[in-house]
Amino acid sequence: MTRVTAPNAAFALALLGLSTVPLWVGNSYYVDVASQILLFAVFALALNVLVGYGGLVSLGHAGLFAVSGYTAGLMLQAGFGHAAAIAGAVLVTLLASAVFAVLALRSTGIGFLMITLALGQILWGIAYRWADLTNGDNGVSISARPAPFGISLSGAPSFYYATLVVFLFALAAMAAFERSPFGASLRGTRDQARRMTALGYNVWLIRFLAFLFSGFWCSVAGLLYLYNKQFISPQVSALQASAEVLLMVISGGAATLLGPIAGAAVVVIMKYVVSAYVVRWNLVLGVIFVAIISFMPEGLVPGSVRIWGFARRRWRALRPARKSASGAPP
Amino acid sequence: MTALAITGLTKSFGGLRVTKGVDLAVEPGERRLIIGPNGAGKTTLFNLITGELAADAGSIALFGRDITRAPCRRRAHLGLARTYQIITLFPRDTILRNVVLALLGLSGLRWNPLVDLKRQRHLAARAREALALVGLAHVADRPLTETSYGERRRVEIAMAMAQNPKVLLLDEPFAGLSIDERRDVRQLLAAIPDDVTIVMIEHNMDVALDFADRITLLHFGEVIVEGTRAEVVADPRTREVYLGE
Repeated sequence: MTRVTAPNAAFALALLGLSTVPLWVGNSYYVDVASQILLFAVFALALNVLVGYGGLVSLGHAGLFAVSGYTAGLMLQAGFGHAAAIAGAVLVTLLASAVFAVLALRSTGIGFLMITLALGQILWGIAYRWADLTNGDNGVSISARPAPFGISLSGAPSFYYATLVVFLFALAAMAAFERSPFGASLRGTRDQARRMTALGYNVWLIRFLAFLFSGFWCSVAGLLYLYNKQFISPQVSALQASAEVLLMVISGGAATLLGPIAGAAVVVIMKYVVSAYVVRWNLVLGVIFVAIISFMPEGLVPGSVRIWGFARRRWRALRPARKSASGAPP
Repeated sequence: MTALAITGLTKSFGGLRVTKGVDLAVEPGERRLIIGPNGAGKTTLFNLITGELAADAGSIALFGRDITRAPCRRRAHLGLARTYQIITLFPRDTILRNVVLALLGLSGLRWNPLVDLKRQRHLAARAREALALVGLAHVADRPLTETSYGERRRVEIAMAMAQNPKVLLLDEPFAGLSIDERRDVRQLLAAIPDDVTIVMIEHNMDVALDFADRITLLHFGEVIVEGTRAEVVADPRTREVYLGE
């Protein structure tokens, strides 16, 4: 019984902690950092569908993230309402994901990585160079955040709560996906694609649908980003942004539910908090990644679980030995 | 009606012709043994039958239905199942989950992203039945990484049997097994009901001779001899292929 309730208790505690962030984090800057952790966690969870469960390493996901933000930003600038802009952004991103998938799924492994990288760079090129459409390097600004159900999201705490709600939906969707038959099918194509085909699975279609699922949550994350910053620029679609989110997934633990969230927390905290105190925060981030790869190659979350289990076993093994040692005459 | 009818099947890898106009007709319920030395093209023939490789020429029919152009996954839905000579399982999962994946492949449930796979009791129950058939019910929940080679061979067979195939292709099911394990596998193959047609590849003639109704001898991609057990054993060409000129 305790085994079942321990993770549940941890989850309840985490939920309590997350839902009270604006109360115990007084400074609105740090509340905003918390919002960013959550929105990048959604982004990392989206990428984890392909990288973790599908074994398909993409380096073009920042492009999809940006497509979503830019579409909504430009539609808002053109005078559309928030609902239309959000729907438009999701649709255009799904379409872009479908194009990405059709082109990139001709291959797996390095081939897949290179094609997604190239496609991401094309989108970056459009954002950077097609100034008539995207306003080039100056980016796109929007004047206001939406007010769902009449609740204004202009303050940092209210935006945080909106982000938290979306994040929890994303987490629930990922949890359902992970244990579903379709999730098992996707993992099967990662581990033994050939056998999956012989067992009657349509490997290509499974990967394609997974790509769309990933693209959908990328789009959601992109929208959160746009509304958070009220600004989007070509930087968001750059290769470095794709690499960063991939690092979140891998450092946190690919193919786990909590890994990408932990990875997002590490990167965002480094970027926005530690950078205030350490000028060369990139160096600190690098050292952290090297440490993770050295001591927990499977990622922060599964690695911690492994080390915790190891420590507990050692502790239990040591205890009786200690007793007998202390009982021995001096 | 012929269960598996192959005519003029041809396949080349570059300049190497690995399957040269193979004809094969397997009747329903038949146990067919395909033998031949290394590099005879036995596994390639299986890959062509299942559609993992596309044939250059020729045709394949399953119970009168032409499947030459059907994709590999479609053929599984039409009742074709196979095992692999080189064990091809899902290493991160348990034995049970391996067999559940085999069952799921033929079920519409495989597209469902919402329900919990562990709660699909009927799948787990059928998987356990298939594992009981190969004598692995007691280790069903063990991770695949903690199983022996012989157990993995039997998982291969359990997965294929779980698919409830009409035609079962066994690619060297005895490869790498100890004498005891071979006896077990032989018994379990003998227990497969007659409504399953079986084609089995075996590199070593002695291992599976008594299993077969008819034997086909393949050499350099060609059918050299075909006939009953006695005919093939007595044929001088068999001896020539196996013992050299």
